[in-house]
Amino acid sequence: MQDNALPDPSLTREKALANLVGEDLSLRYYAAWWLGRMRVNDQEAVDALMVALSDEADRTELGGYPLRRNAARALGKLGDVRAVPALMACLECEDFYVREAAAQSLAVLGDNRCVAALRQLLAGGVEAAQQMPGQPHLRQPYEDVLEALGALKAQDAVAEVAPFLEHPVPRVRLSAARAMYSLTGERQYAEQLVRALEDPDINLRRVALSDLGAVGYLEAAQPIARARTENSFKLFALKGLLDVHLNVAPSVALAMEPHPENPLPAVLDLIDNLL
Amino acid sequence: MDTGTLIQNVQQAASPTELIQAVQALAASSEAEAIPALIEVLGYNNPAAAITAMQGLVRWGETAVPLLIEKLDGYNYGARAYAIRALATLGDARALEVLVQAAETDFAPSVRRAATKGLGGIYRAAPQRIQTSLSQLVQDEDWSIRYAAVVSLEAIAQAVDHPNAEASLKHLAGQDAEPVVQARALLALQRLRQLIPSEL
Repeated sequence: MQDNALPDPSLTREKALANLVGEDLSLRYYAAWWLGRMRVNDQEAVDALMVALSDEADRTELGGYPLRRNAARALGKLGDVRAVPALMACLECEDFYVREAAAQSLAVLGDNRCVAALRQLLAGGVEAAQQMPGQPHLRQPYEDVLEALGALKAQDAVAEVAPFLEHPVPRVRLSAARAMYSLTGERQYAEQLVRALEDPDINLRRVALSDLGAVGYLEAAQPIARARTENSFKLFALKGLLDVHLNVAPSVALAMEPHPENPLPAVLDLIDNLL
Repeated sequence: MDTGTLIQNVQQAASPTELIQAVQALAASSEAEAIPALIEVLGYNNPAAAITAMQGLVRWGETAVPLLIEKLDGYNYGARAYAIRALATLGDARALEVLVQAAETDFAPSVRRAATKGLGGIYRAAPQRIQTSLSQLVQDEDWSIRYAAVVSLEAIAQAVDHPNAEASLKHLAGQDAEPVVQARALLALQRLRQLIPSEL
């Protein structure tokens, strides 16, 4: 379910919580997404979603757990770190997509307790990081694990992350570069992302845009604005870039104080031109 | 080469590179029959060609406005966004209804952003109408629409020294949920009167 989909306006918090434990599996699935999308982050909602992480009723033909996936995604949006241990348990779920959703949400929640569990998924290194036979994905959600370790500033994991810069899958290499930049602050890794903006594959260019936005590499502002993708992708990348710096500053006002070396107004000009 | 041939070259281009070269040639033509052909290119789903065509249309100035409005593509939002961008850049009052409608009701954010940004440039054509529209748009759920409304408000405040526009900018600079919208409003205020942040 897409994050930019419009939520059903007739649903209420009470109804969603009831649906989450109701008979109808598709209503359960929708309710979990809805609670995340609507940011219903009270204790009761978080508790109910944590229970849904161990749901056994909703299974796909291949043995996946759709409700668990949506619940894991929703918990990332609600910002309650009580969900961290339950999400860590999801990293061992047999369903790849549950592990993927859990890694993404753990990255957002920003609680370091999960670092060891995430590192566990990199066990075996690049060697073990193979395509799963008959599946459209690798053994583990490496992209999300690497990005999560970067976001969590897991400095101890550098030695395990670095080899993934050479992984055969281009998107995994980008995730490793993004993580390495977050962990070391070394420009060479961010520049690797900038180079990917020239990749012949438009999907990879889009991924590189969002990576650069996520790590806030300001030197990439011009290359982002020039990238051959739709304006909306560039717009969101530039916003991400600014968000990183506007949050670090004591206040937006201070960050915008006129100063000849303040690079932020120039980034805003680039956004203006993409509207 | 006559314009008919230039149009044919665009329509028969066999590769993206050929298409872009043909559109460049057509955009340089000084015959008005190039205008509808350039508008057609906006719907080819080739961003580089569309941007070249859009720039070619803007070069025509007010002459292109009636056709841009008449041929606005109701079924292709990509094409519509480029046409609205052209109209927004041209700032012609005849586009008022089209821009207001697009800003307020289009389903595609790219179209809405372009139209919202364009409202500032035609403010004088219908101050009341545009003020009403912008007062809604600054409350839109989508940050990028609010951002575009800030760009419009800045243009209005600079052109006509409008106290309401400045008040809205101050409100957004202090209150908006997105730091980037706050920052853009703050930048607008700074440009307007070198406002000191501590005054907010």
